[in-house]
Amino acid sequence: MSSAASINTPSFDIEAIRKDFPILAETMPGGKKLTFLDSAASAQKPQAVIDAMANVYGHEYANIHRGVYYLSQIATDHFEAARRKVQGFLGAAHDREIIFTRNATEAINLVAASWGRANLKEGDQVILSEMEHHANIVPWQLLREQTGIELVVAPIDDDGALIWEEFENCFTDRTKLVAMTHVSNALGTVTPIADIIRTAHDHGTLVLVDGSQAVPHIDVDVVALDADFYVFTGHKLYGPSGIGVLYGKEALLEAMPPYQGGGEMIATVTFEKTTYAELPHKFEAGTPNIVGAIGLGAAIDYLATIDRAAANAHEQALLAYTNEQLAGLNSVRIYGTAPQKVGLVSFTIDGAHPHDVGTILDHEGIAVRAGHHCAQPVMDRFGVPATTRASFGLHSDYDDVDTLVSGIKLVQEIFG
Amino acid sequence: MSDLRELYQEVILDHGKNPRNFGPLPEANREAHGHNPLCGDKIALHVVLDGDLVQDVKFEGAGCAISMASASLMTTILKGKTEAEARALFEQFHDLLTSNEEASLDQLEALDKLAVFSGVRDYPLRVKCATLGWHTLNAALDETGETVVTE
Repeated sequence: MSSAASINTPSFDIEAIRKDFPILAETMPGGKKLTFLDSAASAQKPQAVIDAMANVYGHEYANIHRGVYYLSQIATDHFEAARRKVQGFLGAAHDREIIFTRNATEAINLVAASWGRANLKEGDQVILSEMEHHANIVPWQLLREQTGIELVVAPIDDDGALIWEEFENCFTDRTKLVAMTHVSNALGTVTPIADIIRTAHDHGTLVLVDGSQAVPHIDVDVVALDADFYVFTGHKLYGPSGIGVLYGKEALLEAMPPYQGGGEMIATVTFEKTTYAELPHKFEAGTPNIVGAIGLGAAIDYLATIDRAAANAHEQALLAYTNEQLAGLNSVRIYGTAPQKVGLVSFTIDGAHPHDVGTILDHEGIAVRAGHHCAQPVMDRFGVPATTRASFGLHSDYDDVDTLVSGIKLVQEIFG
Repeated sequence: MSDLRELYQEVILDHGKNPRNFGPLPEANREAHGHNPLCGDKIALHVVLDGDLVQDVKFEGAGCAISMASASLMTTILKGKTEAEARALFEQFHDLLTSNEEASLDQLEALDKLAVFSGVRDYPLRVKCATLGWHTLNAALDETGETVVTE
């Protein structure tokens, strides 16, 4: 392969994008340049997001939906504007279908606790895939303990793709929900979510989609997909941590009981009876993550300035380059080779445990995830305790991959 | 690279790759399991305790080089030690890994071949790996019967 810089994808100004992320200029201990390949765990933040949040705290902060004074009004306006940005980002029909949560985990727990307890009973079935994140497994197990529902697991093949026939065979007349990831965090697999939703609806079954790993890479339109629930977390989408989103169809959300009680989610309270607020506030008890939501809105604005088709082409070219480079190294095995993938490579190196790999790469200034990726069933499926995962963000470039490859060679030298 | 070599010393790499005293020990009268859920390291420790004396010790398991080498070196150093000596050694070893100050020559001497783990001090996230075997030993001596979890 010729020098890395010469093959950066044309029409996508990677250098300009890298300048948007101030952390990339940081030097790691030992004087190493930061090679950040852990965007799937949490993305770095562009300056625009950092500035938007600092601006609120510095100039426009107050609690929302309460005060009658100027600052409370503009903070409320910005918070609700952020909700409309999320609505536009997901293609939702109404902003009241956008519920702010702490993260995707809380969004799934909300659906399991509220919709699940109200609608599911003993013997009802929820279909999950074998490649779910723990966040889309454990809430359903908690619900199982409370209600006696059954969990049905749709298996994946050796490439890490959903086995379609097996998925179809999971449906019975007791199936009530499919809770499925849009993109696997451990393998990078993009699931055929439109087909999954269509098939589920043919069986009269609702679908919850975990979109945390998808929204940074794939344009989502919840109306076109006809998703019943779609959740994602803000910090993987270049926004701050502590803010997540539950999209739900209005009719479903209307019929659901509140998840948590408190301020903000009420209309009137007496000790005899409380009436609840309208959507979306019914599900947003207490003072929310005001600045987090505004930061997420700023991240969505930032993404809108980027040619996503070009960004995706760059990411896919980088993924192909990474696969090619790793294939040239002896004793490196890649997990997750489905035809449709986002920019994420999970791998092991023979003779070196992923944690040792992580430490050695860290020493070279390379940030990767080493472990089970909160997806232990996937690790069990492939018979490994853990993998090392390199995942791309908008700012990832060929130098990052070349540095990773050098780091892997160093691992092999030490453990050879 | 130089400080990486300090962490991954030849002795550690050797014991990580070819752990000593590895396997079952049917005559063991003390057993414990250790698990580091963060990285998936798992250890089963078998001890023959004769009165107060560690007569034999073996382990089984899988994990990173640091955890395997630490458990391996632990087994080589424990035989013939009293229970109290074994516990004291763990305390000294733990100090070596977590103290803010460089270990003194006396301390290093007391730790004998365990001193090769001094490099772990610079990698706080890896202390759990280096101590998993020892925590499991404590559990075996305590006879708690529970799996030790380090995270």
